Amino acid sequence: MQVAVEVRALAKSYGDVQAVKGVGFEVAPGETFGFLGPNGAGKTTTINMLCTLARPTAGTARVAGFDVVHQRSQVRRSIGLVFQDPTLDNYLTAEQNLRFHAELYGVPKSVLRHRLGQVLDLVALSDKRKMEVRGFSGGMRRRLEIARGLLHAPAVLFLDEPTIGLDPQTRRSIWQYIRDLKQAEGTTIFMTTHYMEEAEFCDRIGIIDKGRLVAMGTPEELKASVGKDRVQIQTDDPQGAISVLQARFGVQAALHEGYVTFSVAGGSEFVPKLFAELGAVAVPVRSVAVSRPSLDDVFLSYTGTTIRDAEASGPSEWMRRVAGRGWR
Amino acid sequence: MRPQATAGDLATLAAPAGQGQRLAEVARPSRLGADPWHEARAAWVVMKREAIRFARDPLRVAVGVLQPVLFLFVLGGGLGSLVNMGPHLSLRTFLYPGAAAMSVLFTALFSAGSIVWDREFGFLREMLVAPVSRTSLVVGKCLGGALVSSVQGVLMIAVSGLAGVPYDPALMFTVLAELLLLALTVVSFGMVVAARIRQFQSFMAVTQMLVMPLFFLSGAMYPLSGLPAWLRALTRVDPLTYAVDPVRKAVFEYLHQVPPAEVARLVPGVSWDGWRVPLGLELGVVAAMALGFVMVAALEFRKSD
Repeated sequence: MQVAVEVRALAKSYGDVQAVKGVGFEVAPGETFGFLGPNGAGKTTTINMLCTLARPTAGTARVAGFDVVHQRSQVRRSIGLVFQDPTLDNYLTAEQNLRFHAELYGVPKSVLRHRLGQVLDLVALSDKRKMEVRGFSGGMRRRLEIARGLLHAPAVLFLDEPTIGLDPQTRRSIWQYIRDLKQAEGTTIFMTTHYMEEAEFCDRIGIIDKGRLVAMGTPEELKASVGKDRVQIQTDDPQGAISVLQARFGVQAALHEGYVTFSVAGGSEFVPKLFAELGAVAVPVRSVAVSRPSLDDVFLSYTGTTIRDAEASGPSEWMRRVAGRGWR
Repeated sequence: MRPQATAGDLATLAAPAGQGQRLAEVARPSRLGADPWHEARAAWVVMKREAIRFARDPLRVAVGVLQPVLFLFVLGGGLGSLVNMGPHLSLRTFLYPGAAAMSVLFTALFSAGSIVWDREFGFLREMLVAPVSRTSLVVGKCLGGALVSSVQGVLMIAVSGLAGVPYDPALMFTVLAELLLLALTVVSFGMVVAARIRQFQSFMAVTQMLVMPLFFLSGAMYPLSGLPAWLRALTRVDPLTYAVDPVRKAVFEYLHQVPPAEVARLVPGVSWDGWRVPLGLELGVVAAMALGFVMVAALEFRKSD
């Protein structure tokens, strides 16, 4: 079967700044592909190129078999887009928003009625179809946007941070809807997220850092590739602990969210040895946790930072892009 | 190679038996860049959205009526004691075409400005990423604005009796058509400005700055005869002049009580170096401006991703 997304040596520069430095990957039809990376890593720039919203400076990309530079309008017809920021008309009803979309994407009138009911059912908004969107909660709006993205039966659905800004409960329900739609429609999903536990839902993950793809595989493959356990220690003397780790064991540790955090093979066996050394130099340990590698650790090991630290580092890439270049 | 394999499969899921094929056809993009029927549907739905939003906003309609009525009766009434229009005519009647034009003009500007709102609230993105040409979007938006403004025109015509303008179907139709043309020009002009502006406040500031002088120079509030040479020259280059004069001509044709000499003085028409510009050419100037602005606006929006 033909690939849904095919990217080869794709690059994008804004002036002297190389936002994406030649990435290449493929996404198979029906696959859910998660794209992870710290802010400014080139996630959104890559998505924008795939959606024909930005022109690559080098390389090629095909989405649903169409070239993103030379067959822009075919690509646009083949994809559904859900942006980070809402793009609904709050003064129209849910149904009017969908109908507007259907006209722009040329959905035939003969199937529209049926299809409207179908996508609204999928996100459980059928009973709200006549309601103006301004009365909707954040989660309902996001669901409506997902329904709208699916309305014209796209080959690939792009979700840029589909659960950002939503409370945990709503995030869980959005994920339920995404899984349902995958099952019902078999749509290829290309998404970005910075919630690591959500990345677990993806069939495959690509991690992008500083404009390059640094890792790719299924969540299990990636976790296995790290091969080390994550150890977190709470202590009154973090700097002391970090220097002992460095001096005695040659382990690089860093302070994340108040915990001295490091990765090491055989974590459970390592901890008693470490405690002996820390006791010798009188660094008091208050708590310790050893965990099997999570996607967070994968992220940490490939990018040198946890995703939350990365998130805290500044305004999102998209926001900066808008501030700098606006909608143009 | 079979493009759109997934969309094809999906279509059978998406539609009941027999209709699956239809959705598949749509999901499979046409090889031609532009499909005229699809483009027309897009423009139509953009226009329809403007109409729905306008109808949902009764306050906007109410304010739309109030403002020109104030203009006509307060300004017309107040200045009426200062200016003696003679026994046949009240100042209100003379000002009516100008007030009608102004009212339509501001509604049209406001409609064009809504695209700046659309950008601020993200909806513009939904339109810009759609597989339709920017020209269709701009045309739809302009038609929508013109449609909404013509509702304003209808309201102005409804109150025309209060200004001493007779209710004659032919006159009402002419005035409405001329106001619609004006609205189209103003909306498309507003779109050109809006293409580069990101905040609604700046849009209003910029357009007011550009439009107020144009309005004052258009002869909406005074006759085009007997002006100082510099002012006369300026009125001739003001495109609004060519939109207001036809409305006034139409109105005065139906004011049978006003003697012809008086009409000639108050409604001298526009002349270029002594040559009287015919009505058709005046309207042609306005239509050409509308077309020009639509083209520039489409170009501006096409450049943007």
